[in-house]
Amino acid sequence: MAEFAKTGPSKPVVEAIRVDKVTPGYRLVNNVRALIVILLAVVGLIPVFVMIMTAFKTRPDAISVPPKLIFTPSLEGLVFLLTERSAASPARLEQLRQAAEGEQLSLFDRIALNTGQEITGPSDYVFRLRNSLIIAGLSTIASVVLAVFSAYAFSRYNVKGKGDLLFFILSTRMLPAVVVTVPLFLMYTQLKLHDTHLGMIILYTVFNLSLAVWLMKGFFDEIPREYEEAALVDGYTRMQAFFKIVLPQAVTGIAATTVFCLIFAWNEYAFALMLTSEKARTAPPSIATMLGIGGIEWTAIAAGSLGFLIPVVIVTFALRNYLLRGVTFGAVRK
Amino acid sequence: MAKIELQKVEKKFGELHAVKPMDLTINDGEFVVLLGPSGCGKTTTLRMISGLETVTGGKILLDGRDVTWLHPSERDIAFVFQFYALYPHISARDNIAFPLRAQGESRHAVEQRVKEVSALLRIEHLLDQRPGKLSGGDQQRIALARALVRKPAAFLMDEPLGALDADLRETMRAEIKRLHIDQHATTVYVTHDQIEAMAMGDRIVVMSEALVQQIGPPAEVYYDPANLFVAKFIGSPGMNLVSAVYQDGVARIPGTENRCRVPAEWQPAVQSALQGEPEIILGFRPEAAHLEPSGELSGEVYATELQGAYAVLHVNVNTSEIVHIRTDRLIDYAIGETVRFSIDPKMVRFFNPKTELAISRQRSS
Amino acid sequence: MSNVELQKVSKQFPGVKALDAVSFDVKDGEFCVLLGPTGAGKTTTLRVIAGLERQDEGSVLFDGAPVDGLPPAERDVAFVFQQYSLYPTMSVYDNLAFPLRAPSRRIAEDQIRRRVEEAAETLRISHLLDRKTAHLSGGEMQRVSIGRAIVREPRIFLMDEPLSNLDAKLREALRVELQHLQKVHGSTTLFVTHDQIEALTMADRIVVLNTGKIVQIGTPEDIYDRPATIFVAQLVGTPRINLLKSRREDSTLFIEKSQLHLPVPDGKQLPSELLIGIRPEDIVPDLEGKFLGKVILTEPLGVQTVIHIRSGDQTLLSLIPGMADLRIGEEVRFKIIHERLHCFSLQGVRIFT
Repeated sequence: MAEFAKTGPSKPVVEAIRVDKVTPGYRLVNNVRALIVILLAVVGLIPVFVMIMTAFKTRPDAISVPPKLIFTPSLEGLVFLLTERSAASPARLEQLRQAAEGEQLSLFDRIALNTGQEITGPSDYVFRLRNSLIIAGLSTIASVVLAVFSAYAFSRYNVKGKGDLLFFILSTRMLPAVVVTVPLFLMYTQLKLHDTHLGMIILYTVFNLSLAVWLMKGFFDEIPREYEEAALVDGYTRMQAFFKIVLPQAVTGIAATTVFCLIFAWNEYAFALMLTSEKARTAPPSIATMLGIGGIEWTAIAAGSLGFLIPVVIVTFALRNYLLRGVTFGAVRK
Repeated sequence: MAKIELQKVEKKFGELHAVKPMDLTINDGEFVVLLGPSGCGKTTTLRMISGLETVTGGKILLDGRDVTWLHPSERDIAFVFQFYALYPHISARDNIAFPLRAQGESRHAVEQRVKEVSALLRIEHLLDQRPGKLSGGDQQRIALARALVRKPAAFLMDEPLGALDADLRETMRAEIKRLHIDQHATTVYVTHDQIEAMAMGDRIVVMSEALVQQIGPPAEVYYDPANLFVAKFIGSPGMNLVSAVYQDGVARIPGTENRCRVPAEWQPAVQSALQGEPEIILGFRPEAAHLEPSGELSGEVYATELQGAYAVLHVNVNTSEIVHIRTDRLIDYAIGETVRFSIDPKMVRFFNPKTELAISRQRSS
Repeated sequence: MSNVELQKVSKQFPGVKALDAVSFDVKDGEFCVLLGPTGAGKTTTLRVIAGLERQDEGSVLFDGAPVDGLPPAERDVAFVFQQYSLYPTMSVYDNLAFPLRAPSRRIAEDQIRRRVEEAAETLRISHLLDRKTAHLSGGEMQRVSIGRAIVREPRIFLMDEPLSNLDAKLREALRVELQHLQKVHGSTTLFVTHDQIEALTMADRIVVLNTGKIVQIGTPEDIYDRPATIFVAQLVGTPRINLLKSRREDSTLFIEKSQLHLPVPDGKQLPSELLIGIRPEDIVPDLEGKFLGKVILTEPLGVQTVIHIRSGDQTLLSLIPGMADLRIGEEVRFKIIHERLHCFSLQGVRIFT
């Protein structure tokens, strides 16, 4: 170290860094740190990798112990996900076995041969997925739109009892879903909202509002009032100023809020399970309980989860730049 | 107290040259000001001297010791920040005592020293308060006390008065300078305010765009600026710089009847510097111009500024150039009025427009 | 352009009275500066005039007609903010055109173009019209903000410390330009600042505010030569005025804690104890001066030098043109130009004859 104090580092230092942080191996240490962080991220993603692998395994491979890393991929899981099956009769199996020796079997026949299950028709998966899209999508839009306007009011105006109102809005989030499910169930049944799209949309909107209002208020607080005041003085009405000036500035906040609301509504399980049955059932409850011959169809569940994951991943990826700003807002001061 | 030497010190951030290689010697007990606009490299230079920033090249010596790669705490310097950097959760006394306690001094020695330093800065009555609620001036005094308490080899100050109100800045400026005279402490002071630099510096290092433009005492950078940048930057308003055409001992302002006779002692230097090219820049300070009915130059009044004891007249000498003339308050001028003035031949300066350098009166060898 | 009048305007915020019965007027075509320290109520005054803030008492009149009930959009004022004035998502052209595109105005696009280009020309920012505002320097941004106000041709310009956030050199340049612009166009302007140089150099009249109350109204010469209180005397003038406690005996004033004494100015009736104010330029080192002191500090500013002289127990500031060849620690003789003395009561109020 004394040597270093005399000669300095071997390569010129072109970063902004304090002198005492420039130890002989500092560049190496930084690289090692980065590597460790990447490894931790990979470890954190292991469950996701397992799920993706399981979606393409055959049933025996999926439940083998120890778990198989190398396997022959199969579309079994996907097929099971998308279809209803019943046990194939032994006669049918015999028929398939004979056909296998001779010609090429179709995919479905091959699967029937391997698993002993015959396809009878399409499953409800796509239908459930569609419900999820409608309910989560519409409730997100509703909660974000309502939140934008009310958060703007909270941010700019001295509403009477503002602090109390804001706390009240936040408090709706404090109860676990399970606690309110029974009263909700009773209310919904009475109002004939049970198992309807409208009922679920209203419910998710209300639940998301608390988070959305608080998030958007934070974003609006960050936009200097001088922007609107300048517009007001210049001859715009408050509404015009809001749409022309404030909203474009708040776009990153709106994107972040949308993603958070969407994630909640999309993944919501408890209410979906208890307040829907047939017509409005969303994907989460149905994926978990896919049954087939011989018990739970792990491959189908994995495939279903994968399919379920994709829309949210697409939305989040599209809005990723806005998200970064949204997650750190307020915490990092310029 | 110590002599600080910078030898070819430079700093690059990636490809960006924040400080081009510079040589500077700060003598023991000297008050040197690094002056320049935002982004010129002055703060980076200060931070390199303190160790808060590494150097990309060159050496820094403190009293002959090579401290280029030494930990900031081993360099025996004290740093005063623009935004005080006081610890808000402890009292002023504890803030001031902090550096000494960190060094492990005895309790009695620490108390003694804190008392001395707070008496010097007249903040004894604030010692038991938390800094957060105090005014800017008081906080900056506490920060200064904290720097003084260790008796370091040198003080490094980064725009310490920047956050204060204008009138407080005046008072604190005098206080810091008086402190310097008392303590005879080597001080390096960074500012963008040329008034502060002129008032406080023994020598001023004028910087712009990572380069040193001129180093010299206030009188020198004021009366003999080395180039156009220094001429314009120092003084408020800066030196008047008018484009002119030189011919036979007279500088004419094109497009007008205005002309200024070039004094005899300047003519050889001007001729050799221009080398036959006619363009020249005429420079004179606002107080070097005198309004008189027989003046050689004339122009139209663009604006008038009362500055308290005197006024500044802004005059259009041709369609695009405005000169500032310092005048007595007693006369009122209307916008558009024509005035005549002359330039004191002892205070006129000339610059080469192509190199932007001042033409030196001594003939170059 | 209009004239604007405030009549006994008061405004209370929780815990602080921002404005206390403030009355003054800005004449048509005048450049009026509201000067005062932070917290004096200057910004609140501007906001009340613009309609962004509602006063508790009193009224605001434009050309004699009260505008208290009108929202900002209908008052036809232009406001230049200290910062955050430009919309970052729009280009400079769009920023300048923005006020004219307000739906309530219904101005044709080609007219808008003409006015924007004129304003850009006046402020010498025509070359920046297509740039995004985020890529402008501080000075350029403030020019665009001022441009946004000019483009409107309003009844009055309200400017809230527009130069405060700029570098010293930029401030100097913009000050001169603003003044020239205002004189040439004859625009009624109310300019708020805490910087006394801005007030002295630009104003036709200055209104001095402190803690919500008006302290003095007058031309820059009035404020500088005849300050009404020690607050005003100390507020304007750099270096600041020397304020010395003195006692009067017969027709001589004795400055406490020193050997200095001055004759009582002609015709003035003075109390036995008072404060006298001497501007630094009225203390002049002079080889034949009556008084003796020691130089404890010199501040060479180039165009002038500030000399700190210790006489007895008092420290006096002296201002002389050019460079001084006085050394620290040197003894110096000086005189005081007592004709320009300011006399204040011990409470700080100016004593007139």
